[in-house]
Amino acid sequence: MTWESVIGIEVHVELSTRSKMFCGCAVEFGAEPNTNTCPVCLGLPGALPVPNRKAIEWIMAIGLALNCEVSERSVFHRKNYFYADLPKGYQISQFDIPVCHDGYLDVTVDGETRRIGIERAHMEEDTGKSTHIGDGGRIHAAESTLLDFNRSGVPLVEVVSRPDIRSAAEARAYAQDLRAVVAELGASDARLEEGSIRFDANVSIRPEGAEGLGTKVEVKNMNSFRSLEKAVDYEIERQITVVEAGGELTQETRHWDEEAGVTHSMRVKEGSSDYRYFTEPDLAPMVMSASWVDEVRVGLPELPAERKARYSDEGLESDLAGVLSASPVEVRDIFDVAVAEGADHRRVANWLVGDVTAWLRRTETDPTKLPLGGKQLAELVEIVDEGVVSSSAAKMVLEGVLQGEGSPREVAKARDLVQISDVSAIEEIVAGVLADNPEAVKSYAAGEQKVVGFLVGQVMRASQGKADPKLVNELLRQKLSS
Amino acid sequence: MTLHELTIAEAGERLRAGEVSSSDLLEAALDRASLTEAQLHAYLTIDREGARETARRADADLADGIDHGPLHGVPVALKDNMCTRGVETTASSQILAGYIPPYDATVTRKLKEAGAVIVGKTNLDEFAMGSSTENSAYGTSYNPWDIGRVPGGSSGGSAAAVAIGSAFAALGSDTGGSIRQPASLTGVVGLKPTYGTVSRYGLIAFASSLDQIGPLSRSVQDAAFMLEAIWGHDPLDATSYAGEYPQPSAALDDGVSGMKVGVVKELAGEGYEPAVETAVSAMVDKLSDAGAAVVEVSLPTFDIALSAYYLIAPAEASANLARFDGVRYGHRGEGATTETLMARTRAEGFGPEVTRRVLLGTYALSAGYYDAFYGQAQKVRSAIQEDFSRAYESVDVLVSPTSPTVAFEAGARMDDPLAMYLSDICTIPSNLAGHPAISIPIGLDEQNLPIGFQVMAPALGETVMFQVAAAVETLAGFAERPVLEELAS
Amino acid sequence: MPIDIDIAHVARLARLDLTAEELESYKTQLDVILDHATQVQSLEGDPREESAHPLGLVNAFRQDERRPSLDRDEVLSQAPETKDGYFVVPPAMETQ
Ligand SMILES: [Mg+2]
Ligand SMILES: [Zn+2]
Repeated sequence: MTWESVIGIEVHVELSTRSKMFCGCAVEFGAEPNTNTCPVCLGLPGALPVPNRKAIEWIMAIGLALNCEVSERSVFHRKNYFYADLPKGYQISQFDIPVCHDGYLDVTVDGETRRIGIERAHMEEDTGKSTHIGDGGRIHAAESTLLDFNRSGVPLVEVVSRPDIRSAAEARAYAQDLRAVVAELGASDARLEEGSIRFDANVSIRPEGAEGLGTKVEVKNMNSFRSLEKAVDYEIERQITVVEAGGELTQETRHWDEEAGVTHSMRVKEGSSDYRYFTEPDLAPMVMSASWVDEVRVGLPELPAERKARYSDEGLESDLAGVLSASPVEVRDIFDVAVAEGADHRRVANWLVGDVTAWLRRTETDPTKLPLGGKQLAELVEIVDEGVVSSSAAKMVLEGVLQGEGSPREVAKARDLVQISDVSAIEEIVAGVLADNPEAVKSYAAGEQKVVGFLVGQVMRASQGKADPKLVNELLRQKLSS
Repeated sequence: MTLHELTIAEAGERLRAGEVSSSDLLEAALDRASLTEAQLHAYLTIDREGARETARRADADLADGIDHGPLHGVPVALKDNMCTRGVETTASSQILAGYIPPYDATVTRKLKEAGAVIVGKTNLDEFAMGSSTENSAYGTSYNPWDIGRVPGGSSGGSAAAVAIGSAFAALGSDTGGSIRQPASLTGVVGLKPTYGTVSRYGLIAFASSLDQIGPLSRSVQDAAFMLEAIWGHDPLDATSYAGEYPQPSAALDDGVSGMKVGVVKELAGEGYEPAVETAVSAMVDKLSDAGAAVVEVSLPTFDIALSAYYLIAPAEASANLARFDGVRYGHRGEGATTETLMARTRAEGFGPEVTRRVLLGTYALSAGYYDAFYGQAQKVRSAIQEDFSRAYESVDVLVSPTSPTVAFEAGARMDDPLAMYLSDICTIPSNLAGHPAISIPIGLDEQNLPIGFQVMAPALGETVMFQVAAAVETLAGFAERPVLEELAS
Repeated sequence: MPIDIDIAHVARLARLDLTAEELESYKTQLDVILDHATQVQSLEGDPREESAHPLGLVNAFRQDERRPSLDRDEVLSQAPETKDGYFVVPPAMETQ
């Protein structure tokens, strides 16, 4: 039997507000333990939450960027469970009326674009952080647990996809694209290594073409896009193996073990039906008026998908548009400026996603420190068009510009890369090459056109790459035919 | 009249006339506490040193011409479920034994800013759950009118302190009647303001959608002074009202002539002591004689208000009390894992009434029972609000007894939760609606036990409520004070 | 609806370590209270999820501004066990 995998992804994103969701404590990574805490985020007796308006606006912005509808009215709920790092014994979350609902994100894998539905984007507050000490930090053998509540009450958005994802690669692409959206908005640092974005995957399998859903397994603890893909892949295979061996799958939560590359069953804390959700009586409902939603919408930057569409409209092929669109903002700004200067879209884009990006990677330079302007890149394209430098020499000009040697024209001159476009000078070199290669001349006379290429190469080499190749070609053919 | 029997208004006059000092007032209250605490146990903590320091500062300020208003230099008490930085706050629970809050409740801060002198923290039913102050982990409080009887609850300590004079006024909290019922049982004035007008920040929550802080005092005017000092918008409480506030103290002398008063039909009959019914209808007659138009009004949903309350309040409480887990503060039980530690902590730290309500609330919210219990209760709550709205189309205020009975004997209802819960039958509807209500003492029964009269008003209707309350106070002419037998002899 | 209380389950959800006798006694008390509480079922119509703030409050937000946090020593002075600025508890049992 062929199996189809059905995957839904829940993404938790820490929002980059200055203060926490319900109190004025700083949101700050790496502070001394328990220094960013107050009665509210420690759950001290008598403390009350007051929601951060900016956090709600970030959730609205994320929802809008994911093509969601913003609810006209939304309420907070208490989700009740006991855990040492959950100070109030309940998490303030949302249950049946999230801030945003019913959106989608288009995801492309191997050239195929699929629309992944988004069920909802809602507010949550983060818990504190537990560190297990004793016996190498392994939980079940730990002697004790240290609790730091600096992270307690940091605003989160949870984005819940529909079970529309069909492969591990698609899961990864979805997560990456979603991360790009929140990073683009500035709604989050979206740093995986700091835990400011986290993924859970709901995985099930069913016979290809079947309608219903199989037994759902929730997989947790993936801390990179790669491990998300690996975990989902592993889980799909595991489920197929179990079912094909005649076994039964259990609805459960499994923990991804990065080192071993397997998922483990986690003992169940509380069934989801035991959370006893009820409306948070300490908080008033939210009403998202059309004017408020518009205010947020107007403030949205151009998003990756929109940008890619714009690049395509401007004449870039889909691949090029996609790569450029996913490039750092500094690189894209150069594109916009160079194009405005009149340079050709495709050639500018090729420079940027090619040599410029390669240089950034090779020199490990942060894009914010990129020593290149849009006008300079336009000039580089221009001197190639004018025949001042050859395409290959232009690469060296770029190198010089990036090393701070001056404008493209200055570098071309200083590095002695200006093309030889003087006919008599080239004629002299051509004559020398033909004299040195009588065999080739004979072959040409016998009808072998392709030796021209070889001879052009010889002329270019003799000119140290500076001869204008078009002129060389022209003059060679003249001489050979005469 | 001795100092400890003065109202705040009277004490303030003498203070500003230079006849007494704030320190004199405080010493009078502290002396009163020394004489009566062994019998009444109104206080859990008396902060003698802190209070003396504040009183000295109040005197110095007044000498310098700095006057913080009506409460300046006046000794007051706080129910021990309101946080006081640096002063133990337990909510009468073992689970918070020794707990010293690192911050002040908003009402604590406001009283300090108003120049009041905080004498100490008063006893209550654990986490304000009860109607007799017998559910305190630190011992029962008793009623100054008869020390064999309860002072009501849960603000029984505050009520007893104000009645006996160990505080000039006090704050209580009222979730289902916890200010008004003890005020009624001890012969003082007690009021629950409109939900959202007094900040709950720093009030250890029982049921968030019902809890309101309010004053207990020896006069209606004193209650207005206290209320006007503590209410107002608080950015630290997201349910705090940010609009215009009424000015009740301006209307105290306006009388009831031309006012429409509705007598609640459902709050009478079976279960109501004859002496209570007689006193209440006598007061209704007096209001009518004073020019009020009195009509009987029916609010049928009041009959099921108690049932709704005993689902909603425990449900919210079950979540509000989840933070008491032995991790960050308070009592910690033994346990090899977090789970066993938490479960031991809570089993040891909570008394039987709290345990009962946490179980009840957990059940009412749990899967499969939510709709039938919590969901239905919320529907009843809405229906009660609608009943009130309908009634207020034809009357300005509603009146009733505050409590169906006078103070009952200590221990009498401890084995019968339902009987205890019935103590709040008259007060609960105003909590469910979020409306203001006040209890004014109107007389004594044949056993010399006080009877209270309740005036209810619509949301933000404090001005009309106080206007009627002041008239009731005048018409009642209630001037008796409790006499502790052992002190009298 | 008939009242049937899995009191041990409820106590587990509420993290209350009660003895069998205590559970039995609370169950009996809850039965009585819930029997009375079934009166709320006399109202017809859909159950309500919530009831409004009496003053109709909505959108009670704060601005995204920082306020001073508490002094850590003062906070930790109330804790049953601490270490190096952390609160300390025994390990959790359910994860592995
Ligand atoms: Mg979640
Ligand atoms: Zn905080």
